Amino acid sequence: MAAKKLNIKDKYRLLTRDLDWEYSYADRKEAFPYEDFEGIKITDWSKWEDPFRLTMDTYWKYQAEKEKKLYAIFDAFAQNNAHMNVSDPRYVNAIKIFLTGVSPLEYQAYQGFAHTGRQFGGVGARVACQMQSLDELRHVQTQIHAMSHFNKFFDGFQEYSHMHDRVWYLSVPKSFFNDARTAGPFEFMIAIGFSFEYVLTNLLFVPFMSGAAHNGDMATVTFGFSAQSDEARHMTLGLEVIKFLLEQHEDNVEIVQKWIDKWFWRGSRLLTIVAMMMDYMLPNKVMSWKEAWEVYFEEAGGALFKDLARYGIRMPKYSEIIEKEKEHISHQAWWTFYTHGHAAGFHTWIPTDEELDWLSEKYPETFDKYYRPRWELAKEMEAKGERFYTKGLPQLCTTCQIPMLFTEMDDPTQTSYRDTTYNGERYHFCSDGCKDIFEDEPEKFVQSWLPVHQIFQGNCGGPDVGDILSDFYHMNVGTDNMDMKGSPDELRWKQWKGVA
Amino acid sequence: MAVKAITPDYKGEVLDKVENFGGNQVVYVGWDHHLMFCAPFAFPLPPEMPFEALRTQVMPETFSLHPEFAEIDWDQVSWKLDGEDFVPQADVALKDQGIGHKSVLRFNTPDLKGYQGAGV
Amino acid sequence: MSKVYIALQDNDESRYIVEAIEEDNPEVTVIHMPAMIRIENEGRLTVNRETVEEKMGRDWDVQELHVNLITLGGNVEEDDDSLSLHWNE
Ligand SMILES: [Fe+2]
Ligand SMILES: [Fe+2]
Ligand SMILES: [Zn+2]
Repeated sequence: MAAKKLNIKDKYRLLTRDLDWEYSYADRKEAFPYEDFEGIKITDWSKWEDPFRLTMDTYWKYQAEKEKKLYAIFDAFAQNNAHMNVSDPRYVNAIKIFLTGVSPLEYQAYQGFAHTGRQFGGVGARVACQMQSLDELRHVQTQIHAMSHFNKFFDGFQEYSHMHDRVWYLSVPKSFFNDARTAGPFEFMIAIGFSFEYVLTNLLFVPFMSGAAHNGDMATVTFGFSAQSDEARHMTLGLEVIKFLLEQHEDNVEIVQKWIDKWFWRGSRLLTIVAMMMDYMLPNKVMSWKEAWEVYFEEAGGALFKDLARYGIRMPKYSEIIEKEKEHISHQAWWTFYTHGHAAGFHTWIPTDEELDWLSEKYPETFDKYYRPRWELAKEMEAKGERFYTKGLPQLCTTCQIPMLFTEMDDPTQTSYRDTTYNGERYHFCSDGCKDIFEDEPEKFVQSWLPVHQIFQGNCGGPDVGDILSDFYHMNVGTDNMDMKGSPDELRWKQWKGVA
Repeated sequence: MAVKAITPDYKGEVLDKVENFGGNQVVYVGWDHHLMFCAPFAFPLPPEMPFEALRTQVMPETFSLHPEFAEIDWDQVSWKLDGEDFVPQADVALKDQGIGHKSVLRFNTPDLKGYQGAGV
Repeated sequence: MSKVYIALQDNDESRYIVEAIEEDNPEVTVIHMPAMIRIENEGRLTVNRETVEEKMGRDWDVQELHVNLITLGGNVEEDDDSLSLHWNE
């Protein structure tokens, strides 16, 4: 007689829940020491629902299938020298940011979920975190493999993990994840599992990746979509976590709301770099940052928060500021990198005239008024042979660690300054959002490793900026940095294409 | 609570205390409505430096790339120190006129509107 | 009512899945973008195993969806016969 096939619910129960055990002789609290200190109250872990009932055997089966497809494409990409098919060599600089700024976050996510998964008393949550941890490890690995092909032909890829730990602008993503990972397990889940995965990774992995495809980069779009197929599971886990916490105890609502406020703000700040990658670094355009933001943040996030309203959860604090900033941040960020092009591990450039017109069309309220003049100035200086590289070092926000490039939304030509005093020390911020986060946990953020201050303290070598770039950051000065025009990347590309 | 931590009375190490800067203090300087420079500048300066040296030696190193910088009439400039109106004294040391570690100095040039009058 | 959505890689298998979704959810909007297909619907969207199997002409496990999935939005309910997305409002 053939054995009856189990349905997925039963199979899942047998392979997960029933593997848990009772703590008959050991103290359960000692087994899960991190479960209480954040103030979250869990009354019954068995109420945890897993939306995807993926057991380990099915997990491996489908992940293996994804990997086979992915690596077949990587092989085809390499065998066909498909780096030659990208729309424009400028595009590759976005991928350099990806490898140095994003892939190491996948590794941090892997570490974070491994740790967090261990700390939850509920077996459903533990299993889900364990799978997510494996997924994130797969993401970093596949990204390194995909980009190793570019590393053979373009500059700036060689020291990505060293750079992630040291380079000034990479302290932004690094410190974001360090903040989440040094929080308790529940905050980590709201930070990464919910806020980051549900709304924010979509913006990077969906419209940007579609843009990669549109720019002829099949390797990147494929690892992107392959990773994002796992993210779909992660997002669902994030939503499950939040519903579970809100249903467990009414006291959890206020704590969760505070984390949502914090992490949506931090996430919006972090995504500034993605905004710039979409608007300025994809030569073939799919959609503007503003349009992507409207679809994936305002529409998708709006639906999500309407759904959560029944628990007493409201939209993240400062949503109205965030809404206005979509008109500005990509331009402010690219200008920052353009003017610091000597200190970046990738190339920067003035947008072409067609690109400037596209920006005017996509940002009719702001581009011509506030941002086109900056490019007119840059062009004028370049024509005189004085390509504009700023001197000196910028003031940074203590919380997000981004240079103070953001402006007042009711006065967009004015830098937004905020500050507070704690134990007699002054601290500076780019926004009320970043200030609130500091004031809520000053003992955490007094430890911000701000790259500019570290340079001044002599902890990064130097004092000459060139020495810091080469010796401390491991950039190949004169090769990895500076303008795209005249760069070795550009010269090689022209040789390959047989153009002078 | 100053931090939510599993360790009771957790205290973080203040990484940017003035003692860590080898005798200098950090001073930030920003030019209002002039965003050719994406952000205010940070300068490590001796607290004994007279204001005049900051204005005529340190600031031009970074700000003079701006086409309007040479046109500034410094008698007309208004200043803010840490958010308050401020009248700098040229020959007085920074520390003796309240410009301390991590102070923000902002200057405003109402007649100069930035490149193309666009706040650049 | 808010929109739920699902995005699939633009490939041969997804084409059948999209056909099945369109058949079972006649109100959906299908948006083609480079390398991907985004499908959205007011309130609810369901992928039925039977319909997909009919379109593909072979057995299809609902969890196979993960192979071609890019992203989704909405509360997920999954069992042996279908996967559906909805918002509670
Ligand atoms: Fe990931
Ligand atoms: Fe993820
Ligand atoms: Zn900030």
